[in-house]
Amino acid sequence: MFGPALRTRKSLNGWVNMTSLTYPFTESAIRTLSVGDAVSLNGLIYTGRDRLHKFLFDGGESPVDLHDGAIYHCGPVMAKTGRGWRVVAAGPTTSLREEPYMARIIERCGVRVIIGKGGMGRATAEACRRLGCIYVQVVGGAAVLLGQRVTAVHGAHFLDTFGAAEAMWALDVEHIEGVVAMDAQGRSLYDEVATASRMQLTRLLALRG
Amino acid sequence: MELLRRTSCDLPADMECAIQSNLAQEKAGSPASSALQAMLENAALARKQNAPICQDTGMLVFYWKVPRATDTTILEKQAGEAVKQATSNGWLRQNTIETLTGRSIEENVSEGVPACHFEQEDRSDIEVWLMQKGGGCENMSAQYSLPDETLMAGRDLAGVRACVLNAVWKAQGFGCAPGILGVCIGSDRAEGFAVAKQQLLRPLSDHAAEPSLAKLEERLLREANELAIGPMGMAGRTTLLGVKLAARPRLPAAFFVSIAYMCWACRRRGVRAGASDAKITQWLG
Repeated sequence: MFGPALRTRKSLNGWVNMTSLTYPFTESAIRTLSVGDAVSLNGLIYTGRDRLHKFLFDGGESPVDLHDGAIYHCGPVMAKTGRGWRVVAAGPTTSLREEPYMARIIERCGVRVIIGKGGMGRATAEACRRLGCIYVQVVGGAAVLLGQRVTAVHGAHFLDTFGAAEAMWALDVEHIEGVVAMDAQGRSLYDEVATASRMQLTRLLALRG
Repeated sequence: MELLRRTSCDLPADMECAIQSNLAQEKAGSPASSALQAMLENAALARKQNAPICQDTGMLVFYWKVPRATDTTILEKQAGEAVKQATSNGWLRQNTIETLTGRSIEENVSEGVPACHFEQEDRSDIEVWLMQKGGGCENMSAQYSLPDETLMAGRDLAGVRACVLNAVWKAQGFGCAPGILGVCIGSDRAEGFAVAKQQLLRPLSDHAAEPSLAKLEERLLREANELAIGPMGMAGRTTLLGVKLAARPRLPAAFFVSIAYMCWACRRRGVRAGASDAKITQWLG
């Protein structure tokens, strides 16, 4: 039932080739993916940002099993409804702030997918390679679009202590589209773009006048 | 109130058009192309649902132009009330943190929040603009002091160019590219950033009145896009949508280049209203 990733040819949001992944994310499925691949994420994911990462890094017990799971770097705007909660807006926040914590959390908790924006550093890239994890970039600021892909909210952990934006929300999602920007071979799209653009910058600055 | 709703939920037309026209330049099916498409799709959805374009509803800054001898404390109070209401309507996130305690200020109103800048002019009505700039792009704003040896940047426009290109490279995709740059050349550190940020209110089609600055604006936009950082830093042709320069007098010993980076979700709107009846006469931006 939760076999290897499904390869589809369906064009979604302009994608020619998109791999569909559904929770639980298996190591074998994750290891088939490479930088630049388009993915669609489905099933259960958890939000987490600064306070959750510090808590888990410091040895705090995760209230849920994150093994083969996904953490979404996101502080959503939530609205209370009669029966529970509804997502108003849920775009990604800058992932790099979690760089000091991420590698240990991947190792301790068995996280397979990180969703965020802007990418992460060498320690996370190395943990992704060693432990079989990917970083998926979603579009920063596309908060309503991403919020719409949430099909159910299964409550929140640490709501009282961390507040709504920092809480660990359990979300069911359908077709969260993103790009594998750091893969389980240790490659990082951000490193590649930074290096190429640095060369361009050097060339431009050499042109005087 | 309506100004807050429009600013938070309705992306300005010039930004939307610019994203649209850049979409045609990106390779179909590439990360860059799909990111730009997602931005457009998101803008349309936010408008339809009256939902904030981005969950980071930004630092709230009002720029007022008022008739001489206006009592501005009343206007400031009204701005605060409107922010409270917009927060409870869900157009703004609870987005204000008490810095020392880390506690959330739930109504989004506190000392200096929202910020109000007033200019008194010979006019009979009021013009007010609201800018909502989020934390991701604010972190990418930068200030340089010339000369800068590492950039080999001197106290001239060539030096300014080196600073701006360096800032774009350093920002990569972190400021949610494609963004806009507001730049102040001169002034002091504090005022320099204020003037740089205010340039972000200018429409994308606007050029600096000074010809040498207008020329540099065009060149910097072209060259920044040649860096090929692309939308969200995933490579591509669309790295910036606009560069807005301004120059201000400086001290003999100081030459600052202050750069305000604004994300693609550039939320800025203005309105004109009667000074006595507050009746809206015109929407701007």
